[in-house]
Order: sequence, then structure tokens, then C-alpha cells
Amino acid sequence: MSSYEARFQVWRGDASGGGLADFTVEVNDGEVVLDIVHRLQATQAPDLAVRWNCKAGKCGSCSAEINGRPRLMCMTRMSVFDRDETVSITPLRAFPVVRDLVTDVGYNYRKAREVPAFVPPAGLAPGEYRMSQEDVERSQEFRKCIECFLCQDVCHVVRDHEENKRAYAGPRFLMRIAELDMHPLDAAAEKGLDRGRAAQDEHGLGYCNITKCCTEVCPEGIRITDNALIPLKERAVDRKYDPLVWLGSRIRRRSS
Amino acid sequence: MSVVDRQEWDVVVVGAGGAGLRAAIEARERGARTAVICKSLFGKAHTVMAEGGIAAAMANANEHDSWQVHFRDTMRGGKFLNQWRMAELHAREAPDRVWELETWGALFDRTKDGRISQRNFGGHEYPRLAHVGDRTGLELIRTLQQKIVSLQQEDAERTGDHEARLKVFQECTVTRILKDTASEGGSAAGRVGGVFGYERETGRFFVLEAPAVVVATGGIGKSFKVTSNSWEYTGDGHALALLAGAPLLNMEFVQFHPTGMVWPPSVKGILVTESVRGDGGVLRNSENKRFMFDYVPDVFKEKYAESEEEADRWYDDPEHNRRPPELLPRDEVARAINAEVKEGRGSPHGGVFLDVSTRMPAEVVRRRLPSMYHQFKELADVDITAEAMEVGPTCHYVMGGIAVESDTAAARGVPGLFAAGEVAGGMHGSNRLGGNSLSDLLVFGRRAGWHAAQYARGLADRRPRVDDAQVNTASAEALRPFSARTEGEAGPPENPYTLHQELQQTMNDLVGIIRREGEMEQALHRLAELRVRARRAGVEGHRQFNPGWHLALDLRNMLLVSECVARAALERTESRGGHTREDHPAMDRGWRNVNLLCALADPGGTLAGTDPARGQIRLTRETTEPVRPDLLALFEKEELVKYLAEEELYE
Repeated sequence: MSSYEARFQVWRGDASGGGLADFTVEVNDGEVVLDIVHRLQATQAPDLAVRWNCKAGKCGSCSAEINGRPRLMCMTRMSVFDRDETVSITPLRAFPVVRDLVTDVGYNYRKAREVPAFVPPAGLAPGEYRMSQEDVERSQEFRKCIECFLCQDVCHVVRDHEENKRAYAGPRFLMRIAELDMHPLDAAAEKGLDRGRAAQDEHGLGYCNITKCCTEVCPEGIRITDNALIPLKERAVDRKYDPLVWLGSRIRRRSS
Repeated sequence: MSVVDRQEWDVVVVGAGGAGLRAAIEARERGARTAVICKSLFGKAHTVMAEGGIAAAMANANEHDSWQVHFRDTMRGGKFLNQWRMAELHAREAPDRVWELETWGALFDRTKDGRISQRNFGGHEYPRLAHVGDRTGLELIRTLQQKIVSLQQEDAERTGDHEARLKVFQECTVTRILKDTASEGGSAAGRVGGVFGYERETGRFFVLEAPAVVVATGGIGKSFKVTSNSWEYTGDGHALALLAGAPLLNMEFVQFHPTGMVWPPSVKGILVTESVRGDGGVLRNSENKRFMFDYVPDVFKEKYAESEEEADRWYDDPEHNRRPPELLPRDEVARAINAEVKEGRGSPHGGVFLDVSTRMPAEVVRRRLPSMYHQFKELADVDITAEAMEVGPTCHYVMGGIAVESDTAAARGVPGLFAAGEVAGGMHGSNRLGGNSLSDLLVFGRRAGWHAAQYARGLADRRPRVDDAQVNTASAEALRPFSARTEGEAGPPENPYTLHQELQQTMNDLVGIIRREGEMEQALHRLAELRVRARRAGVEGHRQFNPGWHLALDLRNMLLVSECVARAALERTESRGGHTREDHPAMDRGWRNVNLLCALADPGGTLAGTDPARGQIRLTRETTEPVRPDLLALFEKEELVKYLAEEELYE
């Protein structure tokens, strides 16, 4: 096993301000960035604030920006960096800082509340639901989402445009609408709710111009743009002309 | 003393994993104004780590399955120490709890005819686990979370306030359960009055007054070094209940999951789902031998295959072949792996090999075990479709917990206190079967929420009152780590991280998977020393999101719970389920009907007790209630004689 001393810059501060603090810290074989943060806490900065839980890429708590890129700290191995490289860890930029690497992600919980829930079909008792694997698979892909909010952080619609947050649900919650829209038994339509249209009119789907940044940072590899957002735009298109849908479908056709 | 914010609720649920959220949904639907408190963000609870599935006898994959068969498997898995009424309720109600999730939007994997698919798992006679690939826990949490949001949407429509009747207090930690001081003595004495806690973000204290509190905080794994559990698993609920005067049941039973990752060191302990074996994966030692055939214990001899050929045929023809021994209950497999490694037949990094690569095509592995594929690829540079995984035992689950009434989930001894999920004891006996945890959360989460709401309604006109003295004491206790450097305690301030590491090493080495009398006595001595040092655990900085402070407070809980485990393990002189004594290697029928209860030795004291022999915990034995005859009749007499004492059989 080989160890070495790595240089880190970790953002420290709170809502009133802060800056990068320099650390030199031991790194061992196989370690991930979160291991290093824990070592800093145990040996140099006991009050360094960070969120984490499962340490296995399943809970989506330890989101941060590593060398400026939104990532999960528990799934970023130290071996991807050069040994003489200084690694920076900063809090998610799209959300207000609470302290150190912890941000206020309340925006996401507010948006979650704005998406109407699954509507169970009338006339089917519990235990009577029948769906084919093929039909549930599309929504299942979106339900792999661990709500790390990296897609919400990277999306340029809100990343540097705080003012868009009010009208824009962000990739995670537009995908949630797509998931419900593709659910084989969702009975929203029977209640007079058109999910595709609501995505456009109430959740800001039109702001998305399919640059696929969300898909690129998704630690679960969910094809957010191709499989959720573009089909959702297509659903809305019979009511509204959206040139991006046209463009998106052209791009997709070419690549496949 | 600072002014502490107070609010009134009907039911307070501590913990927002599967059990806590299910309890909150039930309490709110039965009319109680319900508050949920959780240490992490809403939706991040440890339940998301559950991979394999939810055990429920829906009989979708095998028509012979029924609640009776599920009950039988659960009792066998727990070596008949289970609180049998809980095992019965669990087996009967699990299917309804799973189907209900579908009406809230859950999307399980399907059978060919469109029903919920069910997979094989250790100790389950038939394929029984409803699942979504290997991320079933995430589906469960997300479904419950979204159900809670939908209830909040209903409330917002009616009242304009999403949180009028159901509110989640996220990133808050409860440090004390408070008592009703409305009337000293009389009928209200000892009744629950609410909780005291702090907001992690600001460090501010708060009190939620409520007649009913549901504890659903999960387990204790963070007291062990090698564990699949997250930082939240510090035994908070176990300790809160103890401190409130409720006893803990059978704390010696700790489940070491047979398959955790062993390399690289930073991921040691992370879970490798049992589905790998359920779907056909096999265990081999360094001599390439499928060693589990050598480890089938007598009580299970008739039910497991004797040859690799028979075991392999079983996947396609379970009617005429017996199951592979890789699918024995977890305690058996964990001990077997431990023995192989000890005898020098382990893998390079001190585990054994778990192989799916030679058992199914790569694309099937990627489809059925996507997160395992991902986890090994990303964290260990291992492609599980091409090579074997290295695995070894990891601390995973505690069977012991708060002693509860089976039907109501009410904690014994403290009116108004309820417990559900991992923090509650009894359901799983001495060893839990895989898949029985998620179903346990749903069945008893619902029951706890139901009975807490009912109990709270009964006290609607006699709401509890919590006096300032209790709140001030709780505040002082929580602030103590900030003054450790100035107080006149003997010795220098201690680093809470160092204390935690020493505690984990102690439990891992001395009260781990194989236990010996002398080592456990040594563990009790070390725990006593750590307890003294933990009084001096100090922190730097201020109260705003300060992990060092949070850990310093969690140490109290881990030390209490660790002592319970060590003391009960020392007392039980037999090996059963998740408790293996090298000096008492056999299961003893005389212990079959004995529960060990842990209570605080000095309920009014300061927890400073330093005498290791006496410690903080007092143990008592009680005889369990005899199994109801119609439930016993589900077993063959020849099987029962292996478990039950003579006099139990003929009564």
C-alpha cells in the first residue's frame, strides 16, 4: 500500500463569507474524496461541516464541487487526480451556503411540493395492479434518482440566475413529472390534469435548452435529457411550438 | 439559561426511515398532528441502503407461499427466540403493506403476468422478496417520502399551510425524551411529555411537546469498526428509551452480514447485497471450493442441497431439489466465511470469493445487480461480470432493541412511548432474515403510528406539561462539550473522533462476530474507561453545523448501547443466531425461552458511573410467553425438538 501527502483547498465559511483553506493531508490506496474530508475532521478541522450518509453512492448527501465539477465526494476516487495536483472542494454553487460544504437545498424541497402526486386509478384495489416490466422500465429509470441535486446545481438556467428559480423546477423535478406521466397506471388525466402541459406552463420546461449538463453529472447515469426532458417537450408540443424539441429530436436521430 | 422554542404536536416521530415515515403517514391519516424529526435531509435515511427487497408472502412467484410459511421461515431464522406474535403479525400483514405502496406510486419489478416479481433470499422457502433491481430501499423511501408530500399537498389545499398537520423537522437531533410533569405521582407519572433536541444547522435547541413519541431511529452499527451502517446509526433511539426508563431486549444479538466489501480499506464493510446469492452467486475459498456445503448445521440439514449439482438444479426446479447452502440464514454464512479465512483459505484481502461472473451472462448481471456492478467498478476497480468479488462479514443490523408490546408497538414501562423498525426488539429473535427488515418497517411502522395517534387522542384534554427544570438539564447536557476545556475534570480534553475510533475498535475486536468471556470482560473495562474520557470530550468552534459537537453528543448513546451488547453477550452462555460464543459453541434449549432485559442501573444518576463491574446497565432475565399452540402446530414435531426444551414441548 502506498500513501502520499496531498494538497487540498477546502472552502470554509458561512452565509456572511469565507474562502479557500489550505490543507496537506495523507491519502491511502483506494480512498475517495470523502475519506479525505473525514481525515481532515478527525485530525485538523473537527468542526468542518459536511453532509454525508451512506458512503456508497446511494443516498445523494455528499454532493459538492470538486475542482469546480459537481460530484459525489464518496464516489470520487483520489486516483483520478495527479498526486501533485491541488484538489479543491467547494460547496454547490447554485444553493446558498450554510456553513463550509453544507448548502441550503430547500429550493429542491419546495419544488418537490409543487409537483402533483401520483393519482391512483379508480376501480383498482391494492394488489390488483397489473403492469408489464417493459412499461414500468421507463419510469423506473427516473426513480433511480438519489436526489443528490447535482443536476439542479449544474443546470445553467438557475446556476447563475437566481431569478429563474421561482418559475423553473429544474431537471430533477421535470424528470419527476415525466416519471409520473409515463407511469402506466397514473390517472392524472382522468382528474383533468395534463402533466405534459403543466410541465410547460407551470414548471418552466421551456427554459431547458437541452444542453445535457444534467445528464453529464448524474451519478446514477440517468439519461435525464434524452429520456425524460425531450419526450416531455414532445408531449407538450402539440399545444405549443417549441423549436428546441424539433432540434432535440434531430440530434437524437442522428446519434442513434 | 437560554429560552428554548416550544411547539405542541399530537405525535412526534423520531427518525425518518421506512418505519418513521410509515408511522407518520398512519398517525396523520388517523387525525393526529404529526411531527417527524430526522438527523439527515428528508429522504436520505439509512433505509435507502437496503438493496434486496421486501419479504411478503404474496405468492406471485410460487403459489404455495402463504403467511404461515413466511412465519415459519422467520421463526427458524430467529432460532425460535422471536416474539412470536410479532412474527405472526408481520407475516400476515406484509402483503397488504407492499400492495399499498403501489397505490402510492411505487414501481416494483414485474412478473410475466404483470404482478410484483419476487426473488429468492436466504432462509426464505419460496421466492418472496418484492424488489426493484438492487435498490429496493430507495424505492421504499422515495415512495413514503412522496406519499408524505402528497398528504402535505392535501393539507395545503385545505389550510393553506403544507405543514399544518404533518411536518418534517430535517437535520435535527433528539437528545432526550421528556416526561409529563403535569401531575407528579398519580396516573400521569412517568408518561411521555415530548422531546428535546437541537437543529444541526443552527445549533438552536427546541422542545416538541407531545403525549405520544414514536422512536424509529434504526440501529447501532456505528459502534463497530467494520460496518455497513452510516454515521446516523449511533443507537440514539435505544439510548433515548433507556434514559426514559424503557428496557432493551436481547441486545446481544447483532447481525454480521456475511458479505461486505473487504477492499480497498476505505470501503471495507460496505454491503454486497444478498441478492447476489439469491440470483445464483456462489461462495468459494482460495482453493476454489464451494465451502458452504461443509457448514450446514443440523437444524437445517434436511432443507439444503448436499451437492453442487442438486443446488444448481434448484434454481430451475425448486420442487424436486433442495436450496443451495449459500442461501442459509446470514448468521450461518457469516460464521462459515469467518472460519474459512481463519483457517487460511481466504482471499488476498482477507475475505472469500463471491462469484456471479461464471454463473450468468454479463448483461444479466448488469440488469439484475446494477448497483453492485456500479459499486465494485467505481470503488474497487473490479468488474463483477468478469471476476469474483472479495467479501467478508460486516456489522449490519441489531436484532435487540426496545422491548415492545407486539400488537401496539408500545414500549414497555413508559406510557406514550412507541418503537418500530430496527430500534424495536423481538420481531427477529436471534437473527433476522434478509428482506424481513423492510417489511418489518412497514408493518410495525404503521402499527406504531396507529396506536400512537389513538393514545394521543385519548389524552387530548389532558395534554402533557414539561417543566423548565427538565429542559434546563437537557440543555446543560447538550452544551457540556463546549466547556470540557474549562471544567475541573481530571485530565485533558479528549478528541471525540479519537474516542469514537477507540470504541469501534473495542467492539469490533472484543464483542464481534465470535465472542469469548475474557474478551467481553476486557471490553467492559475499556468501555468504562472510555466513558470517563468521554465526559471530557471537547469541541472547537461554535454551535452552527458542527460535526465535532454532534459526535461528542452521540458518544453517550454509543457507549450506553455498547455496554448493553457486551453485558448481555457475556451473560448468555450459548450460541444462537447473531450471538456466537467460542466458549459455549452450542445452542442450548434451556436458553430458548429466556429474554435478557437491559435497564439503566441508576435511572436518576449522571451516567458518570466508573465502576466497570457495575457499569451503567442492569440485566434481568425473563421467561418468554409460550408460543400459541396453533402456531406451533405449523411445525413438524421432529423440528421442534431441536429448538424447544422438553417441558415446552409437552405443555
